[in-house]
Amino acid sequence: MSDNDFRLKGSVVTTVLLEVKSPNLEQIELGLKEKIAQVPQFFNQAPLIIDISQCSLSLAQFQGLISLCRELGLAVIGWRAADDAIPAWRQDCQLPLLPNANSRQINIKSETPAPAKDPHVVIKTVVEEREVSQPTKMITKPVRSGQQIYSSGDLVVLSQVSAGAEVLAEGNIHIYGALRGRALAGVKGDTSARIFCKNMEAELVAIAGNFMLSDALQKIIWKDAAQVLLVDETLEIASL
Amino acid sequence: MAKIIVVTSGKGGVGKTTSSAAIGTGLAMKGHKTVLIDFDVGLRNLDLIMGCERRVVYDFVNVINKEATLSQALIKDKRTKDLYILPASQTRDKDALTPEGVEEVLNELSKDFEYIVCDSPAGIERGAQMALYFADVAIVTTNPEVSSVRDSDRILGILQSKSRRAEQGLSPIEEHLLVTRYNPERVSEGEMLSVADVEEILAIPLLGVIPESEAVLKASNQGTPVILDTQAVAGQAYADAVERLLGEQRPLRFTDVQKKGFFKRLLGG
Repeated sequence: MSDNDFRLKGSVVTTVLLEVKSPNLEQIELGLKEKIAQVPQFFNQAPLIIDISQCSLSLAQFQGLISLCRELGLAVIGWRAADDAIPAWRQDCQLPLLPNANSRQINIKSETPAPAKDPHVVIKTVVEEREVSQPTKMITKPVRSGQQIYSSGDLVVLSQVSAGAEVLAEGNIHIYGALRGRALAGVKGDTSARIFCKNMEAELVAIAGNFMLSDALQKIIWKDAAQVLLVDETLEIASL
Repeated sequence: MAKIIVVTSGKGGVGKTTSSAAIGTGLAMKGHKTVLIDFDVGLRNLDLIMGCERRVVYDFVNVINKEATLSQALIKDKRTKDLYILPASQTRDKDALTPEGVEEVLNELSKDFEYIVCDSPAGIERGAQMALYFADVAIVTTNPEVSSVRDSDRILGILQSKSRRAEQGLSPIEEHLLVTRYNPERVSEGEMLSVADVEEILAIPLLGVIPESEAVLKASNQGTPVILDTQAVAGQAYADAVERLLGEQRPLRFTDVQKKGFFKRLLGG
């Protein structure tokens, strides 16, 4: 039972997206060379995704494009095609087909032909910020005085949190027992985080750094089910 | 293999040694070969409560340091068959207890005894951690007042994180709550936490409630475990606790206010 050997995590990598607009490889090569010459360091072994959603290519053309990119020092890591026009050779190209970034850009095909000076190649740097969900930490036993529990996601405690104990989470905190210690949700600044507990007897509750002590809590909800949320930088204690 | 029971509390003065002596004696009276170990190195008390202070020649630390054998250090109880005491050293400090040394002694005792009762010192430092590290069963002694309850809660956290069973991922230590110095009159007047309050805060099963009793102080001063005083309510309550520890069902006694009889009231008793 050791998790020390490896860890699986989500990660966001900045990649270069090559949107192909015509199957003309010679033109693409010329255009690419020109772009690379401007900032060669940037393109050296840059991870590249080939997007053929705006132009259909044959397998031979596509493979030609891949080898062209590799010759130019780009690291092709995958490709994309329009969801409704995935080519039949998708299994044969030895490269992963990546999902399209959701609703990033709507291309309305113009009726007029593109002006001749339009480059055939558009190079864009796309930073994909996908929210990678952190795992929920589950505690089944009482959190005793002096203990501290931290979760990088949500925290679920199926028992009580004793006086003198502290539970912290970057996300929400759910306590299916009495909360007699301290609970701090959204510790990395998530103002939408909340604290839920079956029995509010906390020493302190805090969301994204805004805290309230037991004296104040006793005047609102005490020894009853409650949730704590942040509304306009003010803590609100509501019954559940 | 012997069952290792630690009597612990976090807070001092709640009745750990009294409870260790009573429970150890109770187990031996039931015919289980039992040894009581005093882990309170430097503040030796168990020998006094057991009335064997004059017979201490070698102690626990001597055995760990191989200055004496176990059989030289073990004191046989004169009143109860099957009961032995391993006293603490009064001249050393808790650093004399090494995990390897303690383990060796416990392994040796495990061969001969059914129960090893470890009387823990107060606190959460080395001495207390050594006493609970090898335990299979913990009896958490708590007085019905807030600071004692909080310290017991702390010690429960340590049982769950710093014991051998926790570190090796074995089944967790069996936890029992023993409420001592309970005074139903003061509870009814709101001066003391009730058993229900303590149970709710600590959330572990209740082993017994020992009422506050003058017999306890008297027994301590005489060097007799209070469980031998079958007239005293405290002695009877300990006997009940031992039965429950052995898996028997016993109704809870001495937790309600005793109604004074007409004559008692008349005579101001």
